[in-house]
Amino acid sequence: MAACPGTDKPSVREIFSSLQYGPAPEDASVAQAWLDAHERSLGHFIGGKWVKPDGRQTYATKNPATGEVLATTIQGSEEDVELAVSTARKAFESWSKLPCHVRARYLYSIARTVQKHQRLLSVLESMDNGKPIRESRDCDVPLVVRHFYHHAGWAQLRDTEMTNWKPLGVVAAIVPWNFPLMLLTWKICPALAMGNTVVLKPATYTRLTALLLAEICAEAGLPPGVFNVVTGNGAFGEKLAVHPDVDKVAFTGSTEVGRVLRKATAGTGKKLSLELGGKSPIIVFDTADLDSAVEGIVDAIWFNQGQVCSAGSRLLMQESIAKDLIHRLKQRMSHLRVGDSLDKCVDMGALVDESQKKTITEFVEEARSEGAQVFQAPGPLPKKGLYYLPTLITGVDTTSRCVREEIFGPVLVAMSFRTAKEAISLGNNTSYGLAASLWTENLPLALEVAMSIKAGTVWVNGHNMFDAAAGFGGYKESGFGRDGGKEGLYEYVRPCWESRAKPNPGDVNYKTFAATYGADVPPIPGQKDVGASVIQVHDSQIPSVDRTYKLYYGGAQKRPDGMYSRPIFGSEGAVLAYVADGNRKDVRNAVEGAHKAAPGWGKRAAHNRAQIVYYMAENLELRREEVAQRLSHLTGEPKEKALQEVDLSIQRLFYWGAYCDKYGGTVQETLLYGATVLIREPVGVIGIACPDESPLLSFVSLFAPAIVRGNAVVIVPSEKFPLPALDFYQVFDTSDLPGGVVNILTGGRDHLSKYLVEHQDVQAMWYFGSDRGSKFMEWSSAENCKRTWVNYGLARDWENPREGEGEEFLYHATQCKNIWMPMGEIFAN
Amino acid sequence: MSCRNPGSGLNLGWISRIAVNQPAVLRRAEQIESRRTVKKDWQVAWLLRAVTCIDLTALSGDDTPSNVHRLCFKAKRPIRDDLLRSLKMADSGIATGAVCVYPARVKDAVHALKDAGCHIPVASELYEEIRMFREACGEAHMKTILGTGELGSLTNVYKASLVAMMAGSDFIKTSTGKESVNATYPVALVMVRAIRDYYWKTGFKVGFKPAGGIRSAKEALVWLSLIKEELGDDWLTPHLFRVGASTLLGDIERQIYHHVTGRYAAHHDLPMA
Repeated sequence: MAACPGTDKPSVREIFSSLQYGPAPEDASVAQAWLDAHERSLGHFIGGKWVKPDGRQTYATKNPATGEVLATTIQGSEEDVELAVSTARKAFESWSKLPCHVRARYLYSIARTVQKHQRLLSVLESMDNGKPIRESRDCDVPLVVRHFYHHAGWAQLRDTEMTNWKPLGVVAAIVPWNFPLMLLTWKICPALAMGNTVVLKPATYTRLTALLLAEICAEAGLPPGVFNVVTGNGAFGEKLAVHPDVDKVAFTGSTEVGRVLRKATAGTGKKLSLELGGKSPIIVFDTADLDSAVEGIVDAIWFNQGQVCSAGSRLLMQESIAKDLIHRLKQRMSHLRVGDSLDKCVDMGALVDESQKKTITEFVEEARSEGAQVFQAPGPLPKKGLYYLPTLITGVDTTSRCVREEIFGPVLVAMSFRTAKEAISLGNNTSYGLAASLWTENLPLALEVAMSIKAGTVWVNGHNMFDAAAGFGGYKESGFGRDGGKEGLYEYVRPCWESRAKPNPGDVNYKTFAATYGADVPPIPGQKDVGASVIQVHDSQIPSVDRTYKLYYGGAQKRPDGMYSRPIFGSEGAVLAYVADGNRKDVRNAVEGAHKAAPGWGKRAAHNRAQIVYYMAENLELRREEVAQRLSHLTGEPKEKALQEVDLSIQRLFYWGAYCDKYGGTVQETLLYGATVLIREPVGVIGIACPDESPLLSFVSLFAPAIVRGNAVVIVPSEKFPLPALDFYQVFDTSDLPGGVVNILTGGRDHLSKYLVEHQDVQAMWYFGSDRGSKFMEWSSAENCKRTWVNYGLARDWENPREGEGEEFLYHATQCKNIWMPMGEIFAN
Repeated sequence: MSCRNPGSGLNLGWISRIAVNQPAVLRRAEQIESRRTVKKDWQVAWLLRAVTCIDLTALSGDDTPSNVHRLCFKAKRPIRDDLLRSLKMADSGIATGAVCVYPARVKDAVHALKDAGCHIPVASELYEEIRMFREACGEAHMKTILGTGELGSLTNVYKASLVAMMAGSDFIKTSTGKESVNATYPVALVMVRAIRDYYWKTGFKVGFKPAGGIRSAKEALVWLSLIKEELGDDWLTPHLFRVGASTLLGDIERQIYHHVTGRYAAHHDLPMA
């Protein structure tokens, strides 16, 4: 650690000989003047003006680098939520109806106005959060400006580029303290561009720049009520999130709070996006430029004191270069300077709060007590303020808590690997999936690893690069939804035909919901007239060969684990057939089968997947009459209608077959010199519960988009009318669909769905059932932050292409990964 | 002067493993400027140190005895005495690292100075050739100019630096200072990383000299912090770090004038070189 300025000022002669660094303070007088102008007491900013209701508790915002109190802010109450949401709702009426061009002008104007005040915003941000002024000045605020410009563009193009989508209404944005201003911008830019209005709750520790931005937006002429800022504690945030008139909750923060919000909003019909924690790997191969990798590590883990959700906190090194890399890294660490956030000559500033310092210390001390080696380059820290030295922990393994859990501080753990395959396994051996960086000069290796890492952002030979034109967000327990890029816009719109569901499922007992097996339809024989089927052979009627519908998973028909069957009634009330009654063990087996198939299926050439789907259409058409007949028996609809459903299903298979090779991704136009490539990857294994309406068409409309985009599915066909889906066994088998890509479980929809959504290795759950079931699915998905798509008990018109196919299905069937590939080798001549 | 670099023999295995990632180097180079700054007394002290590392250069076709004389006197007394006195640095013997002139003018220079800087430019990255030059140098220190602007890639810059050091160069220099691409931070980063590697492997410290295009005091400070961050304080001496420049000194003297007087200097306030 290089020497930090002491209290005794050295002479020029002394400095000449030692060539030490000295203090280089950024002037804070303008920021102080802004605080003074508000008498260092700030309220909410609602409807274009300051609102400071009486009787609220206050919170003193401190500068974590000095402990100095900067201002007092207020702790809002339920009334304040009410006022802010109703103000935003009222503003939505006019804001959403503005022509796109006018909204674009407003966003452009905000970008310009923010630019005018960018140094003030940077200084205030550093004072409030503790981050070095270099970062707020060179990274946070320029990104804020860039986001407004980029989204002014999306506002302009909404009706051109986002046809068939409309705004949601009032968006509640809840953001954390690590990038107080930048992350709120990531929410409000797309929200406003798409025509929504926003109520923002900044984090408790860092409220100042959000309030200043609200004032700046007012100065830029943004209509009152379009962007409102309210302050309060965590419970206040939850009140805002669950307010019935809030249509969407956009959250960035810890996985723990993300889960709370998922549960709190379950079954309410609100949209939700979560950008949560991470434990992102930095993978350094023996073909890397090690000195550059070391600088990448500095950017990865010592950016913003490591308080970055995408921080590269796990260093994975190829064995052959591990020693060399650690040597270089330690040497580099001895040059890092920690100090006051307004000093222009520091690499790291202060942690945001005492509690944060305590947690970090605990992690490091625990590792030390487990026998790990903790390295911190020695050197003085400022006497007061919340500082923590850059830290490297070696001698740890995958079982250590500091390797598995997010520390959210300047602490790097390092481990080694032998082969690229092992590197990928280690990289993915985490419940998170936010980001990763990899370091090598070997292009084929880089691409293969980038594609294999399950994370929303992969940087090749870089780390922590961001831009408004590329979405940022996670896989797995790092959340869902994207901030930035066109992919980010979908978090703030709904299909034009759809109005917000306001279901009323009442209380759902999450312990008992759908937990009992076989209770709803007792599979007891002999109750109703069972239509024993007969065939005419010559002159006599003989019983037809019994056909038992089994489960279908792993590419074969399987008897149910419970060995029970459930009766399926025809439209006239007679039992038409018995189907297997699946239970949780069948779910387990089917998911296992799906996982075996998923990787190979995802890697197949898209052309090949398309051929299989077209082949399905062909084989379904061969059975057209037969399938229609059975549909008609089951549902009682006229044969003509049933034929139409079969034909539409064939058509839909064609539609999705066509999309096999037309939605793989795009090149994102970021500021990077090189290529930022958006890859729309499969989500993984998707659990699907089909509705009863249009039993064949809805089944096809749901499994087809999932598999064309490379997912494997475990699908529960209509509980009432499962037979047409079961006819598909033979369609699948004769269409060369690899076993395990589509797995079909019959039985109780809610019972099976419960075990699907509770399965930790099912990546998404699509549920088309009851409002209560929808609430359960959303609630239960919180456990591993699974993506869900539920219908809140509302039927959709599967025959109408607007509702039964389209971009909405593609959105749910894919997840976005942005791979950043800087380029450049040619030099000078 | 520090001990000579005897060279390490040509190690092709080492050279072949070199990989320099240009985009990452450019990112780091950008940060060099923004991560460090020095102000007030620190700035003036650093600038004085920079002065001691300057190779004051006159390499023009129209050099004459008179301008070479002026150059030499300026090199001996680079900063106005009254300014140094007010900084309490008058007795610290601040002079530039050396003067560089064409061989034809060396006699003029020697007339002016008792000890002329020994400057032998070599523009080749071929090991054998450099070895031969090294032998020809005898006891004199050898500085190898890589002509980095012609090397095509940063990986080649790194390799050329290594070859030059393996062949026994005591100093490696970016360029003549007269080319279209001269001393840039990315090139410097790559060269000093090669120097660091060579030191770690062999224990010999090789010097570094950026040349060309370095004109402002502010840039001089960035160069010093680049060396401080990447190589450490040991390299921040005229023995291991030189800046080839002709107009830099003037700007440094102006900055020091401003620090001392609080006023911006007119050109005529300072003695010309």
